[in-house]
Amino acid sequence: MKKAHTHSRRLFLQTSSMLASLAFIPRSVKAFYLETRNFLVASKKTGSLAVSVNKKLYTVEADTRTTLLDLLRENLQLTGTKKGCDHGQCGACTVHIDGKRVLSCLTLAAMVPGKEVTTIEGLSDGEHLHPMQQAFIECDGFQCGYCTPGQIMSAVACVQEGHTHSVTEIKEFMSGNLCRCGAYNGIVEAIQKVAS
Amino acid sequence: MKPFNFIKAAGGTQTVKQKKRTGRFIAGGTNLVDLMKKHIEQPEELIDISGSVPASIGKKAAGIRIGAMARNSVVATNPDIIAAYPLLSKAILAGASPQIRNMASTGGNMLQRTRCPYFYDPTLPCNKRNPGTGCSALTGDNRMSAIVGWSENCVAVHPSDMCVALAALDANVIITGKDQLTKTIPFKNFHRLPGNTPEQDNNLPADALITAVEIPGNAFQKNCFYLKLRDRDSYAFALISVAAALHLNGTTIVSARLASGGVAHKPWRWYSVEQFLEGKQANAQVFQQAATLVQKEIKTLPHNVYKATMLQGAIEVALQNCLNA
Repeated sequence: MKKAHTHSRRLFLQTSSMLASLAFIPRSVKAFYLETRNFLVASKKTGSLAVSVNKKLYTVEADTRTTLLDLLRENLQLTGTKKGCDHGQCGACTVHIDGKRVLSCLTLAAMVPGKEVTTIEGLSDGEHLHPMQQAFIECDGFQCGYCTPGQIMSAVACVQEGHTHSVTEIKEFMSGNLCRCGAYNGIVEAIQKVAS
Repeated sequence: MKPFNFIKAAGGTQTVKQKKRTGRFIAGGTNLVDLMKKHIEQPEELIDISGSVPASIGKKAAGIRIGAMARNSVVATNPDIIAAYPLLSKAILAGASPQIRNMASTGGNMLQRTRCPYFYDPTLPCNKRNPGTGCSALTGDNRMSAIVGWSENCVAVHPSDMCVALAALDANVIITGKDQLTKTIPFKNFHRLPGNTPEQDNNLPADALITAVEIPGNAFQKNCFYLKLRDRDSYAFALISVAAALHLNGTTIVSARLASGGVAHKPWRWYSVEQFLEGKQANAQVFQQAATLVQKEIKTLPHNVYKATMLQGAIEVALQNCLNA
């Protein structure tokens, strides 16, 4: 059976010479690979941000994709603000920007410089709890506590906005904060207590 | 999210010059950031217009002008809006949550994308997200889908409440084009029906920027109502919504405005019902007759047949509530 060996010498010479030539151009191959990768996969874009949180100024180097929520939790270690859905549906990440309640998961950190951010860590006066924090404790406004920082930030704004004339109004203006434990009645009581 | 450059808008007409085809303007970010997280939007550059596009609300000789950067909560609670355009205030307050209304801008609200679940699921075909792949909702779960103006290519609905009121109130959208010229688009021509190009939600020219919305004066202050029917009492998108406004002379209807959300790819005006109502007496019997007229226009899908009766009832109730307002 001679047939099986017909092309073996040519194949051997072809493949060995190809491999040998590759060995001589490692740098150009590597450069080509990097160029292709940079073209296909965009590199990280970072920038320096000066952000004021709870009246303290932080300067942070952050990716442009960073949300305010991730900046607070990952860069500033202010983990009181919670990540629930990360898509603006649950309200767990509620903070105040310039005194107004917003969702930090849908806020890009790059849009925050020049504004004042208040988180749950900035509510209390030293050891003295904010009246809303105290009211949540007294009215059983939580069970597991995960949604609580967002609920309290929203509740403080709800009172400031003056939407506390009835239980229906409080529920309507607290509808952006979900509680899986169902502590809603306690939350409404706490808000009524602070409003009065 | 795909990495992107972030820059601040230069302001004025210079802002439109800054924008490249692969870039996006960002205002409130409530929809755009979410879509970027899901890789449905992948801009290479974001231009922050929050500090440069006007946010003021000012009376004009023939109406009111709302800056495109005016946040939804600011518009809804503005004394001039409450006094002269209460329907707009009611519609805005029926949408989203207080947090989102504090963030969302007037211009951005108009440009928000559909909430059709197939649009948000990149593993399934969707002509709006990926043209030419087909409409999953047409043969899938179309309980929330359109009942009027849809095509085989897309049965998605426009999610905004604010836009339903702006459609009813004959607003105008003021834009600055790439050529830096200011143009006006009547609100009824701003959003599109899906047709063969469902990937286009509206007629805003490429790279143009919305700078304001103007609403002409009207006589609908006293008798108007916004009814929103949804799966839960608050913080949900509409199954059906109705913006109704009547201008009455005694008990005679001088003119009427009626628009709906949750029914079409754009805020939908019920012109035939408005015409029927004009000159008639404002009473339950007339409202009932008027509401039946919508049945001629609608075409339901397998899972949203319920919307036909729900819509008819909603129009009756909304008109009746105009009298009690």
